[in-house]
Parts: sequence; C-alpha cells; structure tokens
Amino acid sequence: MSGGAMLSLDGVHAVYGRKIRALRGVSLEVRAGEVVALIGNNGAGKTTLMKTIAGLLAPEKGRVTFQGRALSGLPPHEVMRMGLSLVPEGRRIFPRLTVMENLEMGAYSRAHGAELAREYEHVFTLFPVLGRRRAQLGGTLSGGEQQMLAMGRALMAAPKLLMLDEPSMGLAPVVVDKIFEIIARINQEGVTVLLVEQNARRALKAAARAYVLETGEIVSAGDSASLLRDPAVQKAYLGL
Amino acid sequence: MLTQQIVNGLALGAIYALIALGYTLVYGILAMINFAHSEVLMLGSFAALGLAAFAPAAFGTGPLALAGLFAAGMLAAGALNAFIERFAYRPLRAVSRLAPLISAIGVSIILQNAVFLWVSDQSVAFPQPIAIRQIPLFGGAQISSLQAVTLAAALILMALLHFVVEKTRIGKAMRACADDLEAAGLMGVDADVVIAATFFIGGALGGAAGVLYSMSYGSTKYNLGFLPGAKAFTAAVLGGIGNVRGAVLGGFILGFLEVLAAGYIPNGAQWRDVIAFSVLILVLLVRPSGLLGEKLAEKV
Ligand SMILES: Nc1ncnc2c1ncn2[C@@H]1O[C@H](COP(=O)(O)OP(=O)(O)OP(=O)(O)O)[C@@H](O)[C@H]1O
Ligand SMILES: [Mg+2]
Repeated sequence: MSGGAMLSLDGVHAVYGRKIRALRGVSLEVRAGEVVALIGNNGAGKTTLMKTIAGLLAPEKGRVTFQGRALSGLPPHEVMRMGLSLVPEGRRIFPRLTVMENLEMGAYSRAHGAELAREYEHVFTLFPVLGRRRAQLGGTLSGGEQQMLAMGRALMAAPKLLMLDEPSMGLAPVVVDKIFEIIARINQEGVTVLLVEQNARRALKAAARAYVLETGEIVSAGDSASLLRDPAVQKAYLGL
Repeated sequence: MLTQQIVNGLALGAIYALIALGYTLVYGILAMINFAHSEVLMLGSFAALGLAAFAPAAFGTGPLALAGLFAAGMLAAGALNAFIERFAYRPLRAVSRLAPLISAIGVSIILQNAVFLWVSDQSVAFPQPIAIRQIPLFGGAQISSLQAVTLAAALILMALLHFVVEKTRIGKAMRACADDLEAAGLMGVDADVVIAATFFIGGALGGAAGVLYSMSYGSTKYNLGFLPGAKAFTAAVLGGIGNVRGAVLGGFILGFLEVLAAGYIPNGAQWRDVIAFSVLILVLLVRPSGLLGEKLAEKV
C-alpha cells in the first residue's frame, strides 16, 4: 500500500445471495488526482465492485478504505458524504423529477448557499444542455442528456472521487466524445476518477492506469500504455 | 337533488381521499400495501377520544376543541404508523416483498384485537365539537356544518401535502425515493429517514380521516377503520396506486359513486357498495394501472 492511496480495496469478496460469488479477493488502489480505469467483459463483476465501494453492497470479506477511513459496512448515504460519488450503471436519474430537481438531489447532502450557486453554474457550464432543459422531467431526456444529467447530479455533491459505471453505454459516438472530454476536464479540476468501461480502448486512453477484471478477480494491472500493448489484453478486450 | 348529491359525495370522497393518500404514499416508495393503515386511522380516532376524555372541560364545542381532536388524532396516528414501520416492516424490507405484507396483516389484527379487548368491544361515543346545523346552498341543496368542516379540513391537508411533496427538501427526497430508492441513497438521502417520514405523514392524514369519520357517525369502534380503509385502498388503486393525485381523484370518484347509487337507484342505499365496487372493477379491467397510473420508466 502506497501512502498516497485515496481509495484502496484489500482482498474484497462480494456475494449475491448465498451462491453467486461476484468478487473473489479484489485488491486495488486509486491515488488522489488519478484517472483509473477498470475494464472487463460482461459479468466480470465491475458493477458489483462499484456497488461494494459505494455501500450498496456489503463486502463479504475484505476491506475498503477511503482517505484512511474504513468504508466497509457503511450505508451509501454515509459513503457519499465522505466525498465518494457513484454515477451508476444505467444512469438512474430520477425520471419524474425535473432536471433542476435532479440536480438539487445531487446537492442534497450539502448546505445551501453561495457555494451551491457556483456548483449549479459549474454544472451548466460543463453541460449547457442541462441549463436549457432545467424544467423538463428527467425521464423525457434523451439517453445522452440523461448521462450528462447523471454526471452533473453527481458533481453537485462536489465529490473528491467520482466513480463512473459505463458512462458511454448506448450513446452515439459524438456524445461519447463529449462524455470523455468532460471526464478529462473534471479530473483537471481536481476530481479523482475511477472509470468502468466495456469500451476498453476509450477507457485506456482516458486513464493513466487500469485494472482488468475477469470473473471477479483482477487478472492484470498497470499503466494504460503498456496494457494497450499487452497481447492478452489486445486479444480479449481490443478485438485485435 | 343532484347538487345535494354532489355535496354529499364531496364530503364522503374527501375522507376516502385522505385515507387513500396514506396507502399511495407508502406504496409509491416501497411498493408495499400497508394493510395496517385502517387500524392506524381507527387508533387516531381513539387517541382523539382519549384526549377529549382526559380534558373534558376543554372539549365542549368550538374551533379549539376541534383543533385539539385533530392534533391528537393526527400525531398519534402518524407516530403509530412510523412506529409500525420501524419495528414490523423495516426489518423485513430486505427479506422479501411478501414478508412486510404478511407483517402488516398481522399488525392490523393485533391492533384491532388490542382495542377490542382492552378498550371496548362496543361503539364508543365520539365528541362532537361542531354545532350541527344545515347551511343552505344554491338550488335548495344544503351542506351540514360537519360536511363543511370535513371538506375544508381535507382540502387544507391536501394543499399542505402538495406543498410538502413539491417544494420542501423532504418532499423532494420522498419523490426521489419513489423514483429510485437506491439512487436516492447515492445522493446522500437516508432512505430510512425518508420512509419513516412518509409513514408519519400518511398516518397523520389517516388520523385526520379517522377523526372526521368518527365525528360523522358520532362514535368510534375497534373495527371503525376496516370499511373506509378497504374502500380508500380501492380508491387509491382506481386512481393509480403510487400516484398522489390519483389517490385524491379515486377517493372523490368512490364517494360520488356511493352517493349517486344511494340517491338514484331503487334500494340503492343497500346496493351502494356493490355498485361502487362493480364500477371499480370495470375501470380496472379497462385501465389496469388505474386512472392516473403511469407505466413507470423502465429501470435498468
Ligand atoms: N442482483 C444480482 N443478483 C444475483 N447475481 C447478480 C446480481 N447482480 C449481478 N449478479 C451476477 O454477478 C456477476 C457480476 O455482475 P456485474 O453486474 O458486477 O458484472 P459487470 O462486470 O458489471 O457486467 P456488465 O459489463 O454486463 O455490466 C454476474 O455473474 C451477474 O450475473
Ligand atoms: Mg456492469
């Protein structure tokens, strides 16, 4: 364990029910300021890993530590209050709340005031379309707009670490470009990012380091450049 | 004649609507039917009665006495509903969808029997803080002072609920939880707190209905909640369960159906429940998700 780890997982196991073991001793770390990618095929356990970190799922074994504090067993609303936000798979915006109310929910944990006004402005600068559609119901947005709303909503909490679970899923290439552009930008603004993607090539280009997850285990890890050159990774994830 | 039926239908429907809101608020968040809701409103009326018995001098007639009955009924019913949630439903929430339902039926039976055995197995006179008189309306129709109070109280409570749900922080959290409980947790919402608040609010509305219902009969009883509870539940389903406006609409429609059946059909008074429920079944056959029930956006 390096001293600089912001988030670290140590031998984390997770199970669904009694039988389905979705994570088998995962250890990884994310340092402050990094963009780290987690790639893996369908059913590898990526979402399970994100849920376990976010507190939606209690690890069966192992430790999750964020900024020196143990997260294991904390409910999601307490985990997020420590500065760790998840943009969940499938976006999960509130369909019957307006865009503005969705963003307000993102800021639910924070005191109101001038600081918050700046946050709205920030989100509307990153995603101008949300400003134009602020009175519209979340459920009536297009897929790309919903993804932007999900990201904007998470940013309203001013997280230190932002976890994104397949932000590019089902989106047109232009929108995917836009999403990755925003990821780079918020990282420059100081937010640490843990990114789950099936689009391995995009993820490896966006991240400095990456982990590869297969059937609940980390099978390789390293800086993105060398993973991009790794023949096994090329064959399994880059379609080469 | 019709004007009179409308007045009567509104007053009866208002009570159903208040009760239906309690079912729909809970269902909206937990997709659970709180079968103990009828007993919560019954106990609300007993709590009001208890307060009146405790301070009889203060409970003659007048607005203060009326407010006291409402306060006691609503607080007690709200607190009881939140208490039931905490100890009988919450521990079972993660177990299965069915377990809390069974628990609710159990709570309902226990509460009815507790009142039956420890308080009274008979009707008990309920205080009447309003001087009963008929107020003439246009077209020869009349509204009784009791009906007027019922309507006014129901409308004020509905307006209040609307404000809370639409504009306040807890109301927005309730709507977010109803949309996606897990995602609300990710936003920092403590779902347990929101659910407890929802049960409290729904229970309090039921308590108000219990007080109004007992006032209109001049008495209360251990099984007071059963019939209006069952009807209000149906009203909530008719309107589209989980939908707040639907509960209000369904309550009023059911009130009208009953009153119209009683007023216009020979022997209608005896048949009114049959007629009202037949119409309900017909509506549900045509619109299974209720009048205002929407198909929820698909959740991934
Ligand atoms: N709620 C659940 N109940 C039971 N099993 C589950 C549940 N959620 C996931 N699983 C199983 O756990 C394993 C890991 O699933 P997970 O969703 O974490 O994979 P993933 O890597 O995110 O896949 P994808 O790329 O398709 O999103 C899979 O085998 C899946 O079937
Ligand atoms: Mg996944």
